[in-house]
Amino acid sequence: MAIAAAMLVGAGLIAIAGVSPVKAYAVLFSEALTNYYGFGNTLTKTAPLLLTSLGVLIALKAGQFNIGGEGQIYMGGLGSALVGLYIHGLPSVILVPLALVSGFLFGGLWGMIPGYLKAVRGVNEVITTLLLNYIAQNLISYLVSHPMMETNAPSPFSPPIDAAAQLPILLPQTQTHAGILVGLLATVLVWFGFAYTPLGYQIEAVGQNPIAARYAGISVPRTIIGVMTLAGGLAGLAGAGEVLGLKYRLFENFSPGYGFDAIAIAILCRGNLAGLVLISLFFGALRSGASVMQRSAGVPVTVVYAIQGLTVLFIAISLTLEKKEE
Amino acid sequence: MRSSFVIPHSPLAPRHFPMNNITFLSDYLAASVRLSVPLAFAALGGLFSERSGVLNIGLEGMLLTGAFVSAAGTFYSGNAWFGVAAAVMAGALVGLLHAYLSVTLRVDQLVSGLAINLSAAGLTAFGSRLVFTAETTQKLAGIDAIALPGLSQLPIIGSLFNQDLIVYGLFLLVPLTTYLLFRTSLGLTLRAVGEYPRAADTAGIWVGRVRYSCVVISGGLAALGGAYLVLVHVKYFTEGISAGKGYIALAALIFGRWHPVGTVLACLLFGATEALQLRVQAFNLNIPYQLLTMLPYITALLALVGLAGKSTPPSALGIPYIKEGSGR
Repeated sequence: MAIAAAMLVGAGLIAIAGVSPVKAYAVLFSEALTNYYGFGNTLTKTAPLLLTSLGVLIALKAGQFNIGGEGQIYMGGLGSALVGLYIHGLPSVILVPLALVSGFLFGGLWGMIPGYLKAVRGVNEVITTLLLNYIAQNLISYLVSHPMMETNAPSPFSPPIDAAAQLPILLPQTQTHAGILVGLLATVLVWFGFAYTPLGYQIEAVGQNPIAARYAGISVPRTIIGVMTLAGGLAGLAGAGEVLGLKYRLFENFSPGYGFDAIAIAILCRGNLAGLVLISLFFGALRSGASVMQRSAGVPVTVVYAIQGLTVLFIAISLTLEKKEE
Repeated sequence: MRSSFVIPHSPLAPRHFPMNNITFLSDYLAASVRLSVPLAFAALGGLFSERSGVLNIGLEGMLLTGAFVSAAGTFYSGNAWFGVAAAVMAGALVGLLHAYLSVTLRVDQLVSGLAINLSAAGLTAFGSRLVFTAETTQKLAGIDAIALPGLSQLPIIGSLFNQDLIVYGLFLLVPLTTYLLFRTSLGLTLRAVGEYPRAADTAGIWVGRVRYSCVVISGGLAALGGAYLVLVHVKYFTEGISAGKGYIALAALIFGRWHPVGTVLACLLFGATEALQLRVQAFNLNIPYQLLTMLPYITALLALVGLAGKSTPPSALGIPYIKEGSGR
């Protein structure tokens, strides 16, 4: 399979770096999956991946490429941070959902803009989402360096959010927060939506054949705007999770490329939601184990990024080869 | 993806308040041109590819590849021109990959481009950690400017003639490309493949071969832009140094209506917004740099929005061509 091919090339890269690939991979996976703390770390990293890739997948089903996950994550983080920083006096049970919704809305807005531009003005959503990524990243960077900056902080970050806004920790003594539950819940809802509701059918119809869908009475522009907003919202939830559950502050550049991994995951899963969860977990394990691999085996973390990129490449090739055999 | 945006210490950045408006304008123009060169090369590369019908989202990855290879090549050889040559070859190879994926395998061109960008980002980051360790990060040998006698003394635009060979190459490339595309039969062939591949095929043109060549060229040009960025502009390599320039180049292509002159002018516009960063700081206006860094992207976005519906791409753009009746 394509993942195997990418891992093979990765092994080659690791070997170039002067380390035994077998030893490196062994460390990577045992730390990430069998070790209690390592697994907790894996889950923590899986949560944003799962949520964002869910969004990318939904957009993909409607034929839209949402490359803006990164920017939407940042906007979602901003939205949730705004609630967490400036709204006080509410109990957790209200504040947490409020912050999450705020994150969803901010991310959703960031997805709606390219969605609208594509649906109404015909502007290619790949470029618009990509440009919005950079804009969002810089916006958050500016905000936490200036108006929202913690006084006398050594580097740009915001003051801590209200304690009542924090997401509960699931595994004791780890950083694993409830974000993963949000992700799993969202996955179930999406599965249900596609399997049993007319909306799911509409989305897939637009993705398969927009012209036929229009004759069937489905509004294509509205569907496009809808899926892009939804995708942005889910990515926003991922960002909210990072702020509310992991860091408890808004940092600049807090996303190590989750938005781009999500694209790879969504393409890899071939529309299968169970596969989406598993592959998100795999990527989460890769990221979680990578830092350990660097510490104990001396392999640079960047190997993992290279492997991820190559995986997409090989998947794209294998997908097309399969289609031709039909 | 990090926005590791390095503010280059251009020798033209004023160290004190500009003496007069003419110096300021001249400096600003020079800076804009320098900043738009990587964009322009990438965009012209994209022009070749897209005019032949192949969508090239992978410009970003090709630019980054060129940047890295030029840095590594210069580092190992001590000669900047070797680095440039290596970069162009590397970019052409990546272009070859994109061509193989898009034309022969007929993979979705968006996916192919994206995969290339992701892979390039990971591989160059990995590579730079191997090549440039903490002890070896030093300024790379650069390429010097060659002043054209007489012309470089002209007021305001004189600085345009005090650039290095690569920029002069760009100045020549623009009219050359325009002439090639619109006044030669080769250009006609190229455009036909992008607009009516079926008709071109019937007329005996090898659609696949034309597209391959164009995409390989686009890879080489984009890589040249990346080499310029590293060797002339900042003189070292960091991860993600391309910072989305490949995507801005695509916006410039659309904004410039897939015409060489329009495209390069659009690149100049985006380069000018990036140059504002330096100028504003010179005036001590206290605008946080992130807001200025956002400007090129916002401008590119607005350009796309304003233009939507009025800028038409080549008709066959993004659609893989399948020869009929020849089996496979």
